Amino acid sequence: MVPKLMCDDDMVDIYSVPSGDKDSLKVTIKLSKEKIETINRICASFENNPEELINVLHETQNTLGYLPAEVQEIIAHNLKISSAHVYGVVTFYSYFTMVPKGDYPISVCMGTACYVRGAEKILEELKKELKIGIGETTPDQRFSISCLRCVGACGLAPVLMVGEKVYGSVSPDDVKKILNEYREDNEDCKCQQL
Amino acid sequence: MEKQITQQGQLRIALRNCGMLDPENIAESIARDAYQALGKVLKELSPQECINILKQSGLRGRGGAGFPTGLKWEIASKSQSDQKYVVCNADEGDPGAFMDRSILEGDPHSVLEAMAICGYCIGADKGLIYIRAEYPLAIKRLRIAIDQAMEDGLLGKNILGSGFNFEIKLRYGAGAFVCGEETALIHSMEGKRGEPTNKPPFPATSGFMKKPTNVNNVETFANIAPIILKGPDWFSSIGTKNSKGTKVFALAGKINNVGLIEVPMGTSLREIIYEIGGGIKEDKKFKAVQTGGPSGGCLTEKHLDTPIDYENLIEAGSMMGSGGMIVMDENDCMVSVAKFYLDFIVGESCGKCTPCRVGNKRLYEILEKITQGKGVMKDLEKLKNLSYIIKDTALCGLGQTSPNPVLSTLENFYDEYYEHVVEKKCRAGHCKNLFHYVINEELCVGCAACKRCCPVHAITGDKRMPHYIDSNICIRCGECIEKCSFDAISIQLEPKILV
Repeated sequence: MVPKLMCDDDMVDIYSVPSGDKDSLKVTIKLSKEKIETINRICASFENNPEELINVLHETQNTLGYLPAEVQEIIAHNLKISSAHVYGVVTFYSYFTMVPKGDYPISVCMGTACYVRGAEKILEELKKELKIGIGETTPDQRFSISCLRCVGACGLAPVLMVGEKVYGSVSPDDVKKILNEYREDNEDCKCQQL
Repeated sequence: MEKQITQQGQLRIALRNCGMLDPENIAESIARDAYQALGKVLKELSPQECINILKQSGLRGRGGAGFPTGLKWEIASKSQSDQKYVVCNADEGDPGAFMDRSILEGDPHSVLEAMAICGYCIGADKGLIYIRAEYPLAIKRLRIAIDQAMEDGLLGKNILGSGFNFEIKLRYGAGAFVCGEETALIHSMEGKRGEPTNKPPFPATSGFMKKPTNVNNVETFANIAPIILKGPDWFSSIGTKNSKGTKVFALAGKINNVGLIEVPMGTSLREIIYEIGGGIKEDKKFKAVQTGGPSGGCLTEKHLDTPIDYENLIEAGSMMGSGGMIVMDENDCMVSVAKFYLDFIVGESCGKCTPCRVGNKRLYEILEKITQGKGVMKDLEKLKNLSYIIKDTALCGLGQTSPNPVLSTLENFYDEYYEHVVEKKCRAGHCKNLFHYVINEELCVGCAACKRCCPVHAITGDKRMPHYIDSNICIRCGECIEKCSFDAISIQLEPKILV
């Protein structure tokens, strides 16, 4: 499970990160010490190598769920690159997100094969069912919808993914059934998280 | 997983081991000749001899552009540097293509072995595989394969006692189509935004970390070992004059047998679609097949008997691309298909150069206008001109090929564009503003089922009397058609007068 949104209670520690030179500005980060240590550990596991930035971001997003500005700031400090660089990379790639996704992130494949076989209808049904738009998360933080560009399962089109689980040959009627597997009242929902 | 495809007319070289072995057990791969070619190269051949074999074989890059692989290796081998890199491009972004995923998941050692051979030939001791994060299983199997090969001394230091060192690391993509372009891919591997740069300098002289770098596609690498083992003459005996060997295609869309096929170059589309693919779904009429992804184009009935190779596809206004083949039938609107690809390009353009960033957006807007029934004849002219300008001025391969879907549909389906613009009609019944629903008064019994389900209250009528749909309110969701038990509602293509 992805940790819930970092709420105000989490921000107990004020941690200051001196950046670079002695005289330079001090950056104050509002994040729990525990999370900062997690991020430091991830950066260290890639030897704080700036070339590995994308791998570091993947790992961090897998652990924390998303990459808010504070997290980017710490990564930039560890890898000795500017936070603008980190921000540039995070916003360039569609895989990274600065807002938390739901516990069960749903991705609809919008590749050509899925498009031809009716992915648009699946997406409409999802939006109707969850009452949220693309890139949004339900108020209970359970589901979020995003589109992706082809999971390479074109033989099974149209395809949608919940977490890492792939559902193939989905019809608009199946959408509700799939969602029910992950609804709150369903105890044995098992979903591998990204 | 994918449905079984008839073997007729197929020849598996790149996919030779997929499905035949347990990819998580190196012993099974070795039993099927994995690393034999590497052994032969290290013991018997000099780098130049090995490159000559590839040049003789006529193997060309399978990523799309079709650059001769032997020549590419030769250029990289002649670059002088203390450090060189071999990169495997596994950023299979083309929607509708999944051959690289299958090879990496089904036979990862074929790629690792070929990368090591490439390293030996060009003088590199480091290899990198740039793989999309959307392929978690392929990543897992690659990791296992690399570990097992390291353990058995088939990668790492002093491979097979030859003194040659080669190690392979993984780099992950993060969902950016443009990163399949080699300069963008290299920037992405360096931990930067995946924006392309001008060529030259080519990666063969200045690539990853400004060192000479050889970038090849997964499928290209998968062809290397059989060429070394069976000889270049065997390989060049397959295929056409300028395109040797086989090509893997991903059949998808409105076709009976979907999945991967591998056929010799020169096979015709008719054989692929009707013999191997089993024809069009529900016996509908074939309309077009889209090859080459967002950079390619649509081939129509008149191209069905053209032998497929790099040159013929370009001549027909498409390209080989990575080998996605999306089959479309009479229910697909070609203007909407062009719009779909433009939407993809607009989303994936990196934004570095203006023709691609702004030009494609404008193309999209014109197509949007046409599908809404607001197009005028001048728009078709504009589409064409703007497309050529983008083609001529964009920075990288993505931008230069991005108008291809528009140009090829304009060329092959001009009458459909014409209908959209002049007659305000979409013959496929796809463009929502260009058709409307009508209730047949004779069939309607006035049960009001449609009236109750209509989300916008567009349907009116008294009980047990024929109902009526107000097209101005109707959003064409199609709910009413599904609810009607008397088949009284139908789509009418003849347009209402539009303001």
